[in-house]
Amino acid sequence: MYNITRSPWVMHYDGSSCNGCDIEVLACLTPVYDAERFGIINTGDPMQADILLVTGGINTQNAPVVKQLYDQMSDPKVVVAVGVCACTGGVFKDCYNILGGADQVIPVDVYVPGCAARPQAIIDGIVKGIGVFQERLEKMEKGELKNQEEKEEAGKEE
Amino acid sequence: MNEMTVKIIVAVCYVILAPILGGLLDGIGRKISARMQRRVGPPILQPFHDLGKLLHKDPIHVAPSQNFLMMSYLFFVILTGGMIFLGMDLLMSMFILSTAVMFLYFAATVTGSPYSTIGATRELLQMVAYEPCVLLTCVGFYIVRGSFETAEIINGDISPIAYLPGIFVAFIFILTIKMRKSPFDISTSHHPNQEIVRGITSEIGAKNFAVFTLAEWYETVFLMGMVALFIVNKNPISIPVAIVVAFLVYFLELLIDNCSARMKADKMIKLSWMVTIIAAGANLLALIYIFK
Amino acid sequence: MLDYAVPFLICFPFLISLFLLCSGKSKIGNSIARIGAVVIFVASVAFFVARGIQFGFGTVKELYVNTEIADYVILAGEVLLVLVVTFLCFKYKKYWISLLSIIPTAAIIIVEETAAKENIAHIFIDRLAMLMVLLVGAIGSLIIIYAVGYMEGYHNHHKEVQDRRNYFLALLFMFMGAMFGFVTCASLTWLIFFWECTSVCSFLLIGYTRSEEAVNNSFRALWMNLLGGVALVSGVIYFHNLFGTFSARGILDTIQMIGPYASQMFGITLYIPVALIAFAALTKSAQMPFSTWLLGAMVAPTPSSTLLHSATMVKAGIYILIRLAPLMQGNPVGMFVALIGAFTFLSTSFMAISQSDAKKVLAMSTISNLGLMVACAGIGTPETVWACVFLMLFHAVSKSMLFQVVGATENSLHSRDVEDFHGLLYILPKHAMFLFIGITGMFLAPFGMLISKWSALKGMTDDKHALIVMIIVFGSALTSFYWGKIMGKLIAHPHKKKEVKDVTHVGEYVSFWIHMITMVLMVVFFPVISSFYVDPTVGNVEMIGSTANIAAIPQSTLYILVGMLLLVFLIPLVMYFSGKGEESTQKLAYMGGINTGKNNGFVDSFGEEKYLWMTNYYYEKMLSVERLMKPCQFIATIIILVIACLLCGSWIGGMLG
Repeated sequence: MYNITRSPWVMHYDGSSCNGCDIEVLACLTPVYDAERFGIINTGDPMQADILLVTGGINTQNAPVVKQLYDQMSDPKVVVAVGVCACTGGVFKDCYNILGGADQVIPVDVYVPGCAARPQAIIDGIVKGIGVFQERLEKMEKGELKNQEEKEEAGKEE
Repeated sequence: MNEMTVKIIVAVCYVILAPILGGLLDGIGRKISARMQRRVGPPILQPFHDLGKLLHKDPIHVAPSQNFLMMSYLFFVILTGGMIFLGMDLLMSMFILSTAVMFLYFAATVTGSPYSTIGATRELLQMVAYEPCVLLTCVGFYIVRGSFETAEIINGDISPIAYLPGIFVAFIFILTIKMRKSPFDISTSHHPNQEIVRGITSEIGAKNFAVFTLAEWYETVFLMGMVALFIVNKNPISIPVAIVVAFLVYFLELLIDNCSARMKADKMIKLSWMVTIIAAGANLLALIYIFK
Repeated sequence: MLDYAVPFLICFPFLISLFLLCSGKSKIGNSIARIGAVVIFVASVAFFVARGIQFGFGTVKELYVNTEIADYVILAGEVLLVLVVTFLCFKYKKYWISLLSIIPTAAIIIVEETAAKENIAHIFIDRLAMLMVLLVGAIGSLIIIYAVGYMEGYHNHHKEVQDRRNYFLALLFMFMGAMFGFVTCASLTWLIFFWECTSVCSFLLIGYTRSEEAVNNSFRALWMNLLGGVALVSGVIYFHNLFGTFSARGILDTIQMIGPYASQMFGITLYIPVALIAFAALTKSAQMPFSTWLLGAMVAPTPSSTLLHSATMVKAGIYILIRLAPLMQGNPVGMFVALIGAFTFLSTSFMAISQSDAKKVLAMSTISNLGLMVACAGIGTPETVWACVFLMLFHAVSKSMLFQVVGATENSLHSRDVEDFHGLLYILPKHAMFLFIGITGMFLAPFGMLISKWSALKGMTDDKHALIVMIIVFGSALTSFYWGKIMGKLIAHPHKKKEVKDVTHVGEYVSFWIHMITMVLMVVFFPVISSFYVDPTVGNVEMIGSTANIAAIPQSTLYILVGMLLLVFLIPLVMYFSGKGEESTQKLAYMGGINTGKNNGFVDSFGEEKYLWMTNYYYEKMLSVERLMKPCQFIATIIILVIACLLCGSWIGGMLG
């Protein structure tokens, strides 16, 4: 099985956040934390991304956006929710327009807590996500991934 | 017949070795860039990991014709490099290179996506910026050696750079544009700068992006080959010297990439044409009217 | 039998034209025109093939030494042309223009009548003439077939224009007859007649709609071309004074016999007639500063622009320059001609960028490519002349096709703005395909323009024209930009799905297909065409200046190049078919996550769907025709004045000294 864990390309989506986590995500790329040593690249393009990093909660307006970006990514793909807001909705949870965490619209694989999440935690979350990434590839090559998605979708409809 | 065998061996070597060399150059480049920014940086083999991953992902497209356009692009780039390393016609290979670029352009515009269309149009502008100099370089070699064929060009007594210093300078200048490095990463926009997302490659993902990466590696190798052409002569010692010079030029490109900000497209054209006219043009005039 | 082929080709179009003129408004005109065009097509192709088989391609044929009756016909024709021009000039109160017609015609008639009678061949056929006959006959007749269908649609649309389509078709035929005469005649007096004939025909074609703009543009075309006519007549009279003959062959043979001593014997006096005739050629092929007449010709219905741009009018100038090339090689006249050509190439490439009207882009690119040809002919070495001939061939076929397709697209789409061609591949797929291939023929591998450019650059470098090489190199980069822009538009995903009814006639499609097949065949048979027709023309005794029978481009190089180019043709095809079965997931285009799902629009912040609209770069502020044309004309005029002063100065100096 090919090892794809060395090249996780990340796309960062900023939901309805206070921008605290976004600053920390960018901090990961700075010389202090240097996420690129793990092969992590921050790309802006879903077509080329492997890991979707969501910060901030999901509101009625950005829900279809997140869904579309997730759909545009090529399989296998992983979602990492960064910060409390992306995990659950955080302090904004009870706002009139907030639906909740990222898992309201897309399947989240790794939850990174914190307000704001620390760079170490974010990198740790991505590295955890890489594990899932590799598993997904194995499943995809066996042809299980699509079946699983179909099952999930069927489950949701029920 | 013997010559034929040698040519076939060279061709096979080129097709196999060029991407390895190109990938290594890319890896070294990323490492050096990281060190320039006081980071540890990715491992040298990182580009190969990326390529492997891209090939293993589920192939995607926005418009179905993208797939064959990208493959054609790759093959034309390989063809261009092959012509150069097999000692064939330099000017014709550059014409074929522009055909290759057109295929990349088509692959981007066919999607109808705003970002890739902007990137693609900018790629055309980049072509406008670098093509005169590339053609003048070929003409310069022709004047010095009396042939467009690279096999003849490497077979001189004195290195062409002795006659072509101005053209060399202009060529190094447009190399930045051709390699889409900052300040001229106008059509692609590099990793941290995402105002047109990924420009011409916005809608290119997974396998198609692997194809694009491969083509870029081939391109890097034959562009460095063209730099080496300026140095190589009959004397075998010139070959290692040429390789060293090519590496130095590559390092210079990295340095420029790391310490400059993006330029506007119009400014790029003006600047590159100015450099071409002044450096390459003066060199050409001198060559034609003084030396010969 | 074959000896009658040339007079048939010349007279037949004139006869058809007379017939059409007489037929008035009757519908019979259409069928006559169609039959006439088919006959000309078959006759010119058959002539081309049969001449080759019967005499071997190498034979040069001179015909018709005694032509007293024909001479009178030509004389009557000349007078008739003057009368037509004068009448129209007075009708539209442009009196001075008529002088440009009256004076040279009077001059040439006087000189002709006072000169001693000479027995010279009036028709002369060599390879270049045969190529030109084929070009004019094949492409011209296709254009007429296309025109019959086009005019039908045109008059349905433009009710304000008086329906004189038989007159229009008659002019097209007359034009072809004049072109046949022009490329085959060896007598300079006949040459002048056919030259004036094309000028007047184009004038009448441009003024077809009789709108104010059309009338103004047609008179502009008229005075510019008549000015060229004046130069041509002066040049011919000058030659007659020098050599005492009106035979083009005679003059060229004499110069060839004297060979390298020619410049010593004649000195500057030989340059003057060459410069005059070259000047005439520059006006005819719409070089700066005379480019405006060809741009103005756009007001006429598309078939006439097609005819003017591709196979006939402008190519007449190039044809003359190719004939003159050996006399221009390595002297100041040639250098200045080449400079004007190169300058036109660059400046019109700039202007083409700012155009969004497809026909204007085509017009600009015609002038620009003509500039390249003029530059090649002006330099006049075998390599560049070789390149010039091929540029002419490939340009004629591609441009004829492009004009026709743009015209047909306009009839269906009701617009010829390139911005409206966005996604044409999904709206009018066939038209888009033909346009795409036509444009590919203009600047990309595998078509011959590239090899011609290659050879041109090589020849120019060999002949040490640093400045011209520089200009060409910059111009060719711009060429790829403005063509690339249009190609991108054609294949883009459409903005809105709109239903367009394809009103293109079958005849038009037949014409497109023949053009496309010709283009591909020309690539495949490139080396053959080169070795049989073009190489001997430029390297052999048929042209003076170089006596060695050498190929301009080594045959082996040519085969390698063509091989590569065919590979270029095959790769996308192979990729296309091999990639078909591959599994690949379709994704939406990236629009920041707010793609509506149809790839042609996005959801705005109010949740409403908006259509996406993308346009090309035009740099209108910087590169508009209004801004650039005047300065460019000024510069070109200065270049012409400089050479004129140089020649006059040394002429006067020679007279005094």
